[in-house]
Amino acid sequence: MGTRSHPNNLFSCEPNRSKLLSQLWQHQINNRYISEDAIAALATEHNLSAIEVAGVASFYHFFHRQPAGRHTIYINNSIIAELKGYERIREAFERETGARLGSVDPTGTFGLFETPCIGLSDQEPAALIDFFPFTNLNAIKVKEIIRKIKEGRAVHEIADSPPANIRFLPPNDRTLFFAPYTRGEVIRKLANLTPEEVIEQLRIGELAGRGGAFFPTWKKWSTCRTFPESPKFIVCNADEGEPGTFKDRVLLQHQPGSVIEGMITAGFAVGAAYGIIYLRGEYRWMLPTVEEEIDQFYQAGLLGKNIAGINGFHFDLRLEVGAGAYVCGEETALLESMEGKRGEPRTKWFYPVEKGYLQLPTVVNNVETFAAATRLLQFGSFEYLKRGIPGSAGTKLISVSGDCQRPGLYEIEWGITVAELLEICGAEDPFFIQVSGPSGECISIKEKFRRISMLDLLAQKDIRCGGSFMIFNRQRDLVHILLNFCSFFKHESCGVCTPCRAGNFILQRKLEKISHGLADRNDLQDLRNWGNIMKSTSRCGLGKTASNSVLHAVDKFQDYFAKRFAEVDHSIYRQIDEHAAIAEYERYKP
Amino acid sequence: MATCTFWVDGKPYQAEEGTNLVDAAKTHGIFIPSLCYFQHIDPPLGTCRTCTCKINGRHSPACTEAVKEGLKVEVNTPELMDIRKALVEMMFAEGNHFCPACEKSGNCDLQHMGYELGISQSRFPHLFKDRLIDYQPKRMVMEHNRCIKCRRCVEEIFTTDGKRVFNYINRGNETRVGIDYEQEARLSDSDAEKAMAICPTGAIMVRGKSLSKPFGDRAFDLKSTQKHYSYNILDKPRATHFEKKTIATVSLAGCFGCHMSLLDIDTEILDIAELVSFNKSPLTDIKSFTQRCHLGLVEGGCCNTENIETLRKFREMCDTLVVMGECAVWGGLPAMRNTIPLGECLEEAYLNSVTSEPDATIVPYHEDLPKILNRVYACNEIVKVDYTIPGCPPSATHIWKVIKSLLWGEEYSLLYSEFKYD
Ligand SMILES: Cc1cc2nc3c(=O)[nH]c(=O)nc-3n(C[C@H](O)[C@H](O)[C@H](O)COP(=O)(O)O)c2cc1C
Ligand code: SF4
Ligand code: SF4
Ligand code: SF4
Ligand code: FES
Repeated sequence: MGTRSHPNNLFSCEPNRSKLLSQLWQHQINNRYISEDAIAALATEHNLSAIEVAGVASFYHFFHRQPAGRHTIYINNSIIAELKGYERIREAFERETGARLGSVDPTGTFGLFETPCIGLSDQEPAALIDFFPFTNLNAIKVKEIIRKIKEGRAVHEIADSPPANIRFLPPNDRTLFFAPYTRGEVIRKLANLTPEEVIEQLRIGELAGRGGAFFPTWKKWSTCRTFPESPKFIVCNADEGEPGTFKDRVLLQHQPGSVIEGMITAGFAVGAAYGIIYLRGEYRWMLPTVEEEIDQFYQAGLLGKNIAGINGFHFDLRLEVGAGAYVCGEETALLESMEGKRGEPRTKWFYPVEKGYLQLPTVVNNVETFAAATRLLQFGSFEYLKRGIPGSAGTKLISVSGDCQRPGLYEIEWGITVAELLEICGAEDPFFIQVSGPSGECISIKEKFRRISMLDLLAQKDIRCGGSFMIFNRQRDLVHILLNFCSFFKHESCGVCTPCRAGNFILQRKLEKISHGLADRNDLQDLRNWGNIMKSTSRCGLGKTASNSVLHAVDKFQDYFAKRFAEVDHSIYRQIDEHAAIAEYERYKP
Repeated sequence: MATCTFWVDGKPYQAEEGTNLVDAAKTHGIFIPSLCYFQHIDPPLGTCRTCTCKINGRHSPACTEAVKEGLKVEVNTPELMDIRKALVEMMFAEGNHFCPACEKSGNCDLQHMGYELGISQSRFPHLFKDRLIDYQPKRMVMEHNRCIKCRRCVEEIFTTDGKRVFNYINRGNETRVGIDYEQEARLSDSDAEKAMAICPTGAIMVRGKSLSKPFGDRAFDLKSTQKHYSYNILDKPRATHFEKKTIATVSLAGCFGCHMSLLDIDTEILDIAELVSFNKSPLTDIKSFTQRCHLGLVEGGCCNTENIETLRKFREMCDTLVVMGECAVWGGLPAMRNTIPLGECLEEAYLNSVTSEPDATIVPYHEDLPKILNRVYACNEIVKVDYTIPGCPPSATHIWKVIKSLLWGEEYSLLYSEFKYD
């Protein structure tokens, strides 16, 4: 694959099973699929039944059970990719490679597949070929790429290096995330601090998690600290799967040190000796950057034993690579995945801070959270609090994409309004904005004066933003967008609980009915009721939030939906598409 | 462990601290539906979500909760009852459940929950996803159409050396339960039967160990788990005048079984003949409506264009429209074809089957023949339906109780034993 093999060495406290995901990766990369023999060999090695290993492999869509071509191509099918020309790119790939989407060409050279958002929404249409990025594609570029590969050029040589596209930083040197960074500055401060003091700093700075739930970071760290079990783990959630989000990618590309330093600090604060970065499979191409940074930390004595000369402070770090499963961003699913299992979220019987990875106390934080923690300690909580607004301090990284002139990364201070952000990114006739990705909230342009902050829970009309900000103009078809989201959730649901596994499929059928012009007011009411049932009964955040955009949309865009209702007398008839219903039979007309 | 007080719907109850909420409630006669919850599996599976209650103000499954002092639980609010019903309906919509043709019928937990919650029809569109039946295991047959992914088999069935026999395969709505043929062959007979027994549905069957028992002897035939069964599932009727009424009946894509059942009330039919007259109906052989009717009774769903036309006519001509039997309610047995493309069905029937002429090339098609639909449609997909009677066929008493209630507002109480899907 061109990259160095990632440090696959487990910590001494980890059971062999934790290797399973990286072993499956080795098979996938070496043979382009995971054969029956490979499954059998792994089953023997781990003393498992074959079905258990096969069950793990089949959970992750980058693991194939049939040969996936000597070169495996994944086209991004997110809504942003669709807006930017997914269809044309797919056609071009099919034409040039001779493979139909979802299969391998007859010579076995190219496998062509699709995958949800690959974290390059600012450079769509984009694709991964052998897990290297190719961005801003068009038909001519696709032709060129395939020609070169056929000529024998190495894929990693012709791949793009996606730029960071940092479009905006808070003026007057108020940036936190992209301020000058010196490796080890914060770690060296730890020598003069107690773990409690570190946690206290975070509390004063009101740091809240950036992975979507905005849980106070100091609370998580201090709770984990109270459990006596050992060892403890610090896990960095770099699974960044929410469509339209790419802030963690930019951080890991350009400030990986601040993230790693945050993890080491967390280790110090909670008394953990091990850290693991769970990097999504889509970001394999970033492995060399992150590995290089880890090496630098080891060389500088900032990882390993007695870090920065602090007696008894040991911390080791390794990487784990996901294999295509959005749900693995959910923290308990992520832990299962690291244990070499299917990435199914656990029940809330225990929280990870008590029983996490290997049932040991574990802190899971987002990439941005760790970077923010580093910056908070670097600047001091007093300075940190000067940014943002009261009750929502600091800055936030937002990935802007869609119908605007300057898609890319924006570091904003909490409290900016939607209108201001739309203005600076050069939004073009915005009509509909999806905030925090498909699982977040969709807002209409009428709500553009809402502030973006963490205060939305307090009856204020502020809106939280987890990191994704997708802009759609008036020409975009709302039902089409909702259908894209719905099929994303249907595909990405882990399948464990009924309301999410079946519910997303059912919502999709309903939305199709609307898009075919067969729906009426009752169908909208059904969407509302059913969406709410999914929300209140699903087992994890995926199912609980999957219906969000639909629920918001049916209330905020009633006029739009009314225009799409079928014209029949609903008091007695239901509308079906009779023409379509008999089309198949008509083929037998002599 | 200490005894504690927990609250259900505002009333205090006692239980040993740490008892699973589903069990604690049951001890006090409070019924909380459950499907995946299973004795000692720890931590509980929490997959089916049919036990969803409000716990300390938040929606949460009862089975993943242990009672403790002061725990406040809401169980029987209208909202929660509806949510739980919806979840079971979702399972019927998601799988392909043909109870009349299922070995587990009568002993099936899913079906039982359907009865307890009075589900006569799923509010969700049936997904009719094509699924396999896996005959490869040595002793078992895996019927993927019926699996509700409760996870019991995955967590409970191991070989003597601790290897899993079942595991989930794939993800999302493609998830299914895979079976390891090699390990399955190593299971003892009693463990194989245990797998069949713990499966809440008819997804795991052991060859030669048929469950079939006569009606009345099966686990869930006769007695409800709830104290006030009928009260919970019926609407209150409004009494009207007792006068002679007109009924029309029809069998669409059905087998006439419901009509047979309709007549199955022995001599009572004589009393009824005094009170109703039949207009268009196979019983009178009147082919077209001669007047508007008070009640239309439809058996069977719509598999062709003529069915649709007839059904629409019924809707126009009848004040109240009742559909009876599984086929009319959601497609029933004829809907077995819904998971298969129409072309394949026709070619199998007319061209490739063992009984077709060796050189058959023609699938019947004529201007005068009704056109066959791409799938079988339930009546309520075509017209508005006022009342639904499940069963295959529904029992005569059930049908007539509904008719009498709808026509003359007679109050009735439905017996658990009369509410069936087979
Ligand atoms: C379906 C789902 C996907 C998620 N994906 C991510 C993700 O990609 N990255 C992330 O940091 N958190 C994700 N989360 C949130 C995590 O569960 C968890 O709350 C977070 O990692 C905690 O870190 P924080 O406190 O720093 O925000 C996801 C949650 C759900 C329910
Ligand atoms: S809500 Fe969806 S993703 Fe979460 S456990 Fe249930 S099926 Fe899995
Ligand atoms: S008896 Fe149970 S498993 Fe069988 S078809 Fe009916 S509901 Fe499904
Ligand atoms: S096969 Fe049966 S026991 Fe296993 S998950 Fe399916 S329904 Fe549950
Ligand atoms: S019984 Fe509680 S979730 Fe299944």
